[in-house]
Amino acid sequence: MNNEPFEPRIVAFFCNWCTYTAADLAGVSRLKYAPNTRVIRVMCSGRIDPQFILTALAKGADGVLIGGCHPNDCHYAEGNYKMLRRFQLLKRLLQDFGVEESRVRLEWISAAEGDKVKSVINEMTEQLRALGPLGMPAKFAAWDQEVEELQHQVDEASETEAAHA
Amino acid sequence: MKDEPEIRIGFYVCHCGTNIAAMIDCQAVARYAAQLPFVAVSRDYKYMCSDPGQELIQRDIKEHALNRIVVASCSPLLHEHTFRNATEKGGLNPYFFHMVNLREHNSWVHSDGSKATAKAFAQIRAAIARVPHHKALEVLQVPIHPDVLVVGGGIAGIHAALTLANAGKKVYLVEREPTIGGHMAKFDKTFPTLDCAACILTPKMSQVKSHPKITLWSFSEVVKLDGYVGNYQITVKHKPRYVNEDLCVGCLECIPACVFKTPKFPDEFNQNLGKRKPVYIPFPQATPQVVLIDPEVCLNLKTGKCKQTCVEACGDRQAIDFDQRETFDDIKVGNVIVATGFKTFDAHRIPQYGYGAFPNVFTSLEVERMINTSGPTSGAIVGRDGKHPDTVGFILCVGSRDEKTNKWCSRTCCMHSMKLAQLIKEHCPRTEVYIFYMDIRAPGKGAEEFYDKSLRMGIRFIRGRVAEVTDWAVTPEEEGRLVVRCEDTMAGFVRRIPFDMIVLAIGKEPQADAQDVRRLFNMSCGTEGFFLERHPKLAPVSTFTDGIFIAGACQGPKDIPDTVAQAGAAAAEAMVLIDQGHIEIEPNTAHISEVDCSGCKSCLPLCPYTAIAFIETTKKASINAALCKGCGTCVAACPSGSITQNLFEDDEIFSEIAGVLAYE
Amino acid sequence: MPDKPKVGFYWCASCGGCEEAIVDLAEDILGVLDAVDIVFWPCAMDFKKSDVVALPDGSIAATFLNGAIRSSEQEEMARLIRRKSRRLFAFGSCAHLGGIPSLANLFSREQLLRYIYEDAPTLVNERKNRPQLEYEDEGHTLSLPELRHVVRSLDQVVAVDYYLPGCPPTPKLAKAALTALLEGQLPPPGAVLAPDVALCNECPRKETKPTTLAFTEFVRPQQKLLDPKLCFLAQGLVCFGPATRSGCEAVCPQGGMPCSGCFGPTSRVKDQGAKMLSSLCSNISSKEVSEINRALAGIPDSVGTLYRYGLAKCLLRRKVNLPGTGKD
Repeated sequence: MNNEPFEPRIVAFFCNWCTYTAADLAGVSRLKYAPNTRVIRVMCSGRIDPQFILTALAKGADGVLIGGCHPNDCHYAEGNYKMLRRFQLLKRLLQDFGVEESRVRLEWISAAEGDKVKSVINEMTEQLRALGPLGMPAKFAAWDQEVEELQHQVDEASETEAAHA
Repeated sequence: MKDEPEIRIGFYVCHCGTNIAAMIDCQAVARYAAQLPFVAVSRDYKYMCSDPGQELIQRDIKEHALNRIVVASCSPLLHEHTFRNATEKGGLNPYFFHMVNLREHNSWVHSDGSKATAKAFAQIRAAIARVPHHKALEVLQVPIHPDVLVVGGGIAGIHAALTLANAGKKVYLVEREPTIGGHMAKFDKTFPTLDCAACILTPKMSQVKSHPKITLWSFSEVVKLDGYVGNYQITVKHKPRYVNEDLCVGCLECIPACVFKTPKFPDEFNQNLGKRKPVYIPFPQATPQVVLIDPEVCLNLKTGKCKQTCVEACGDRQAIDFDQRETFDDIKVGNVIVATGFKTFDAHRIPQYGYGAFPNVFTSLEVERMINTSGPTSGAIVGRDGKHPDTVGFILCVGSRDEKTNKWCSRTCCMHSMKLAQLIKEHCPRTEVYIFYMDIRAPGKGAEEFYDKSLRMGIRFIRGRVAEVTDWAVTPEEEGRLVVRCEDTMAGFVRRIPFDMIVLAIGKEPQADAQDVRRLFNMSCGTEGFFLERHPKLAPVSTFTDGIFIAGACQGPKDIPDTVAQAGAAAAEAMVLIDQGHIEIEPNTAHISEVDCSGCKSCLPLCPYTAIAFIETTKKASINAALCKGCGTCVAACPSGSITQNLFEDDEIFSEIAGVLAYE
Repeated sequence: MPDKPKVGFYWCASCGGCEEAIVDLAEDILGVLDAVDIVFWPCAMDFKKSDVVALPDGSIAATFLNGAIRSSEQEEMARLIRRKSRRLFAFGSCAHLGGIPSLANLFSREQLLRYIYEDAPTLVNERKNRPQLEYEDEGHTLSLPELRHVVRSLDQVVAVDYYLPGCPPTPKLAKAALTALLEGQLPPPGAVLAPDVALCNECPRKETKPTTLAFTEFVRPQQKLLDPKLCFLAQGLVCFGPATRSGCEAVCPQGGMPCSGCFGPTSRVKDQGAKMLSSLCSNISSKEVSEINRALAGIPDSVGTLYRYGLAKCLLRRKVNLPGTGKD
């Protein structure tokens, strides 16, 4: 397992009407792309809560891909603009957290653009493969090593005391 | 979830023949699913969507007391409905079902079987983690009120109203001008058949007026729309015409009786080329046949000092009412057809063409009125100098296909200009007519033939965007005439051609108040400002608001045949809803927990459907499920997490995220 | 008097304001002192760690611990107190969410120490001395606690029973918690002892907020003459009220400052900053990236604005590329 080359894991949030449908089209067209992405369907990119993106990163995603309808094409009129606005600040926030820019990506992919699903996923997979893992679960474990040592000291001291009493 | 029964998931992976099974190890997937939490049954099967496949689910629900179903097969956009039905037939709420897309999103797009199978594990883990959070949901059925409102009484509105009324539906037709007929009523002949516009339009106008199923409200405007598909509450404002519509018989005796002996005020219907009196009827066949009084110029309404000779002429009929005020009507309808048309481009915006500066520069619509025998010149083509022109030059694409004004093609100006050119030739064969064009766009039935006919009639076509119209003569021949300067791109040199009259083929634009109308009816506009259809091909007359349809040039420039076709389509779409009697709303709507909501109002501006209202009594926000389309934007943006979207609850999505990422 | 419940107060990485909040109970504190037996309160009385070690496990009815967990000593005390207390209250934003101290999670320990002991412009430390964990002098070994790499909320180190939010918790909430404790009226463990509705619910400025808010700019309080009655968001200020638990009775908005989020999120939200980001950005008026970013330029410090009191509890917890072990 450890000898295998690093395969990034990408969580994708695709809107039902454009990007999810485009991914279906990629399938119907038998386009081949990297198997690193797992798609979660939402009705609109406007539904994508920044908490989802942070959760995906915290739970072990190496990248997050957001797919919505092109500007002016949103099935719900303006949901994609809501996502676009959030994305602008989220990008900066993630930068401040030291998360590389290429890890979280927003793409407008219309229902007709099956080939764009392929090219975006392949490109992102390659970029993340080069960048290496984000590996938040492992990081959390490493960070928390420093607090695992003290418990037994406290326990010992109290137990000694109790024995004295 | 304490009191709820233990979660028991039935999991099914479909081979889809070999579509899935050739790439993904379906048995391994079924074995993998079997050991995931709450999975009671896990099977693989050749074709889950087949009847035996569906029956398998139904039988397992009963035999194994399943209460959640996950099917891993093709795209939910294809078969979600199928499996929801199977789940329901098995005795479960259909929304306890969830689907995994193993075909379009996996087996068809990958080429390494072990990686595809590993991805399938992640996909099904997500679904199996998600379904325990699913809730039983009810499909909301909204009844459809059978009446329809048609806004705009041009040819689109007229045709839609008549179609519906002939099908027995009650229609309210609201027109803001004093008469219905719209732009078409101003036309003399229609291309390419050159049949008389009035002959085809006026019978339809009078049918509207006399139809027992149509309530015609002219000189009225929709001022308010509340509600949602099937249940719109609408307020219509009737503007005062100072004539009681019920009492006026259209005898027109008041007009000659007016104290103004001669007409002296600009006549809007005739593009201000003619004059009218303060009491007037826009044109002889105006519908309704009711006069109106212009308060801006009526002596009595302006000064209160007038002999009121019109009242005298009206006599016993007592139709004239100087005290008339705005009135309002509240109506309920199930559907609305918006057919508010277009406005023509203001030619002043291109000063180099000299409109307004040179008296003999006209717009195409002005010439249309002139050439009409009931128009201001009784069908004669005369310049503002009173002379009949020997040479007429048409300039096309004025306010169309132009980066500086409007980028779009207005679609009818080529044909319209050729029509006017032919009519001028017919009226006065000696007239030299030139058409300056960029491209002649003559698609559609009979159109190319019409172009051929124009050429045969001796109308001259010069290809090139006109640079300017000038009265600066450089030769004696140009003296006192209007010179068109234009690069002839066919001949490859710059021409100067003098004319007696210039006609600007003005383009079509969205109505000046299109944005207000858009907001009023909860529609969207494209970048150019025309109303946006839900889908250009699949739903060309629907909007993003259910029960609001669009027809005619308010959706984009188009000719009369296309307009009428759209109007018929909009009427048919409305009838579909009316005859169904109700509409089913997918229960993926959002709802606000009243206890949890702080009333911060952050969600209110986000809803494109104005489904969220601030309730003054509770000081909290509330969502009208019938208006909600289920995009979930407000859910993502609620800062206190107090909005939930059915089928896409936070917990469901968080579980999916954890599921796709869980380590082996 | 053996009948009185034993109560403790302790202070970890915090500013001391939470201790003040206890004192702010004013005369009510006398009632509290009558009703309980304080066994540990180093800030106010002379107690030693050995006094706590000597207590039987679980013998303290409740300890109110404020401050984030930043050093080995704080961690040790938190563990010790947890062992001795039947109920542990995370008192105040730092214990609850990491608080202002957890903004240090944007830096490595080495970066912090270097700045404080070497680079700070106000510093005179020519020999660049740094605190040592151990120091020998005249045959005695002196030791200092070790600074941890990561700042933690209390519940990231030990199990917490109740949370009293706020920077600091208001006297009213503190009193209600003490009363509930004494009367046995506490809710099930895990609860945050403040209403689970966002602050706008009790803010007097709520009425003035328009239903059609669309941000064209964001400003900070010092950049604008503020209307004393109008909703801060309507004035273009980032007010955390919509994303923050209520219970403080909107003391900041009433005092002329927007809410900055110290009560933390409601129970329905995992990440307060992400939710506020979502709400603020969704309501920006423009659709153009350049204009959106021009508006967002009014929020120059994204982490400091969105996670002022809760960086430790952000889903990412910390700047992701910092070391968690070793010398740095």
